[in-house]
Amino acid sequence: MTNSAEGSGDKAEHNEETPVERHAEHQEDLGFWRKYIFSTDHKVIGLQYAFTSMFFLLFGFSLMMLMRWQLAFPGEALPIIGKLFGEANMPDGVMDPQFYNQLGAMHGTIMVFLGIVPLAVGAFGNFVVPLQIGAPDMAFPKLNMASYWALFTGGIIMLVSFILPGGAAKSGWTSYTPLAVIETTGQTFWLLGMIFLITSSLLGAINFITTIIQMRAKGLTFMRLPFFVWVQFITAFLLLLAFPPLEAAGVLQLMDRLAGTSFFLPSGLVVSGEVLNVSGGGSPLLWQHLFWFLAHPEVYVLILPAMGIVAEIISNNTRKPIWGYKSMVYSLIFLGFMSFIVWAHHMFITGMGTMMSAFFQTTTMIISVPSVIILSALFISLWGGSIRFTTPMLFALGFLPMFGIGGLTGLPLGLAPTDIHLHDTYYVIGHFHYIVAPGTILALFAGVYYWFPKITGRKMSDVLGKIHFWGTIVFMNGVFMPMFIQGLAGVSRRLYDGGQLYDIAQPVLEWNVFMSVSAWLLGVAQIPFLINLFGSIKKGKKVSANPWEATTMEWTAAPSPPIPHGNFPVVPTAYRGPYEYSVPGSSSGFIPQDQEN
Amino acid sequence: MSETTDHEHVKKHVRVYIIVFAALAALTIVTVAIAYLELSIVPAIMVALFIAIVKGSLVAGYFMHLISEKKVIISILIVAGVFLIVLFVLTISSYHDQDRSSLVP
Amino acid sequence: MEIPYTTTVRPDTGVYNAKLGVWLFLASEVMLFGGLFSAYIFLRVGAPEWPGMIAGHMFERSSDILNVPIGTFNTMVLIASSVTMVLSWASLMMKNFSKYKLYMGLTILFGFIFLIVKAFEYSDKFSHHFYPSESAFLAIYFTLTGLHGLHVIGGIIVNLYFWGPGSKMWKTQPKRFTNRIEIAGLYWHFVDIVWIFLFPTIYLL
Repeated sequence: MTNSAEGSGDKAEHNEETPVERHAEHQEDLGFWRKYIFSTDHKVIGLQYAFTSMFFLLFGFSLMMLMRWQLAFPGEALPIIGKLFGEANMPDGVMDPQFYNQLGAMHGTIMVFLGIVPLAVGAFGNFVVPLQIGAPDMAFPKLNMASYWALFTGGIIMLVSFILPGGAAKSGWTSYTPLAVIETTGQTFWLLGMIFLITSSLLGAINFITTIIQMRAKGLTFMRLPFFVWVQFITAFLLLLAFPPLEAAGVLQLMDRLAGTSFFLPSGLVVSGEVLNVSGGGSPLLWQHLFWFLAHPEVYVLILPAMGIVAEIISNNTRKPIWGYKSMVYSLIFLGFMSFIVWAHHMFITGMGTMMSAFFQTTTMIISVPSVIILSALFISLWGGSIRFTTPMLFALGFLPMFGIGGLTGLPLGLAPTDIHLHDTYYVIGHFHYIVAPGTILALFAGVYYWFPKITGRKMSDVLGKIHFWGTIVFMNGVFMPMFIQGLAGVSRRLYDGGQLYDIAQPVLEWNVFMSVSAWLLGVAQIPFLINLFGSIKKGKKVSANPWEATTMEWTAAPSPPIPHGNFPVVPTAYRGPYEYSVPGSSSGFIPQDQEN
Repeated sequence: MSETTDHEHVKKHVRVYIIVFAALAALTIVTVAIAYLELSIVPAIMVALFIAIVKGSLVAGYFMHLISEKKVIISILIVAGVFLIVLFVLTISSYHDQDRSSLVP
Repeated sequence: MEIPYTTTVRPDTGVYNAKLGVWLFLASEVMLFGGLFSAYIFLRVGAPEWPGMIAGHMFERSSDILNVPIGTFNTMVLIASSVTMVLSWASLMMKNFSKYKLYMGLTILFGFIFLIVKAFEYSDKFSHHFYPSESAFLAIYFTLTGLHGLHVIGGIIVNLYFWGPGSKMWKTQPKRFTNRIEIAGLYWHFVDIVWIFLFPTIYLL
């Protein structure tokens, strides 16, 4: 590990021209495996997470693009590539209903557990948190490596399940019982894969919390932490305490499938006209409770890191401290706590009594308060700032209204009377996609553009970035806005033909083609991003260590890219809060966190 | 803390460990003995859970040193404990509040 | 590069990294077993009788199916192993390595006794055709004790390592080794606590 990062970058460039030589050199380099594959350096692991999760985001998105063909043109053969999926899945290029169900279930699973969480927490958290708190690495580097490889294994299991007889899991990402229990082998793989992914998240969470509590630089008190570190801290607690009940539920469902138990199978269950030969005595609702006990905090796992990224970028590009830092932090803690006691608002139509409905409606309304405080604080932070419209800032600004739409459309779903009408319609799909797709994913793009110079020492192209931004935000709205219209009309989700058979769907059916075309164009809009991302690694404009003139320590105390092990040439000390921009009397207009006066 | 006081300190602990062990063994016998009384279900659950909580607290407090543990660890466990209670209470009360009249065959 | 606070405590928090880490892990384990226990309560309150009909026989009480004396014996074994575990740590604190070896060896032995007794219990159930698929009660019994058993096996593996090859660290880094035994102990005591709750709720109630 003697090379400086810059040195290895130059070497890579040189090797690009002569691939044969590179191969030879890697064979000689005994340290290759430890350095790039089984690395314990948080920065390398962060990049491993980043590439893995971006692959899965693209993969999960492709599944959706396939589904959109079937929704827009039900029963028509998919031209050119349709036959590639095999006779079982797409006979003569026409999608089989079971294949559609696989795509739906795996789209959800992959996007949530293998796409957004590993990118938001695994990649950004790993790369940025130790640098922002002035730590040489994570508290447990080997555990960090183990959590990446657990994720990788889980991902491989999920991918392999597509080629099983009967295909991948097809009971939705929620895997509701009893349907999931009587499904084909794909569901067993789904459960095994989930157990790996959960283990990965648990190990990661332990590591993050320990790192943030134990490894903060001297002088970096909790109220001086950058907001991004705070969100990672709370997110790790959500993962740590919400995931185990789902792991328990996963084990119980595995027992149901493999050992013939009936944890989730009620007595006298009838399948295809015959009474199922099981002991019974189980409860399908038990699965829903355990699942949503995780999955509601999971929603906040998806959104909180996005808020953290946006807070960093807004403060940096308005050249102002974020407005109401303390109230944001307290809101964040309150939000994390409340997210554990709202879960049954997903279950209003399971026959829940009025007392519990009233309880969960109330908590759901209460949890919107801290979210609104954070969002408002971010909006107010813009007030009176001299905003720099850099590419990351555009994405961060895009996040604000998109998350606002997602949040506000959630209110009718949190109230039982309206939820009974809207439950399981496209309205729900529209709502949570506004949170995680135009919301979280825009913020994640912002993070990529923002921290790219940190990782490579080069900047991504602004022209391509702006094309990417406008394409993404326009087509994302094209995909998801019509879902509200369809949902309000009463069109159910998970319909294989997009609702063709239903009278209520007829007036809103034409939106299906519009949404599908938007989705495919959204795919096209990602091409500039990919070109930009991979092109800029070698061809991007070289920049200084602190190109955004930021105040947080990852920029001010470490070179860009940081040195391989240890991160900092000199161990930094924090003397002030994280966002001291536009300080009166300072010559440069901003004071780094590690600058004494 | 110097080496010798550390030593004495631990020696005192060892005596405590033996006492706790005796208490745990006694409580185990008590809980089994009560089970043979065949109480009706509600008092039986109350008594058994009470004894289990006492035993669990003894192990956590003395063997795991929670009784003199640092604030950061206690706070984390309180958070976990609160969510554990939330999980139990809300799941079970949802069950009791459930309308099952349509499910009776 | 040195990771700070692997052996020494951080002044403001008062703990070293691994101790905090293992407590966080135990917090997640609390939630794991919490999920399983809540499943148990959920199914039990919904059951007309408990344990109920199994293989054509009606059972009024769990103790009619499960062997309470053997369960009591196993409880004692696990409690004893917890004591020897904490004594092995105390021996290291008093710089007495041979006593450590003895107590750790006893801990491992008790762990094995627990598992062997458990294996006899399982095979006895199987010989009566009491399988997990027979009833909700047996499903709960096998799943919860099985997962607990897996935790015991995990603990034994860790303890064996620290008893055998891992104990070399005593010569080079005694403080760090003592810390390791402390956190291995924390895990082992936790497994004991889980059993303290499992035993009455499954065997006695």
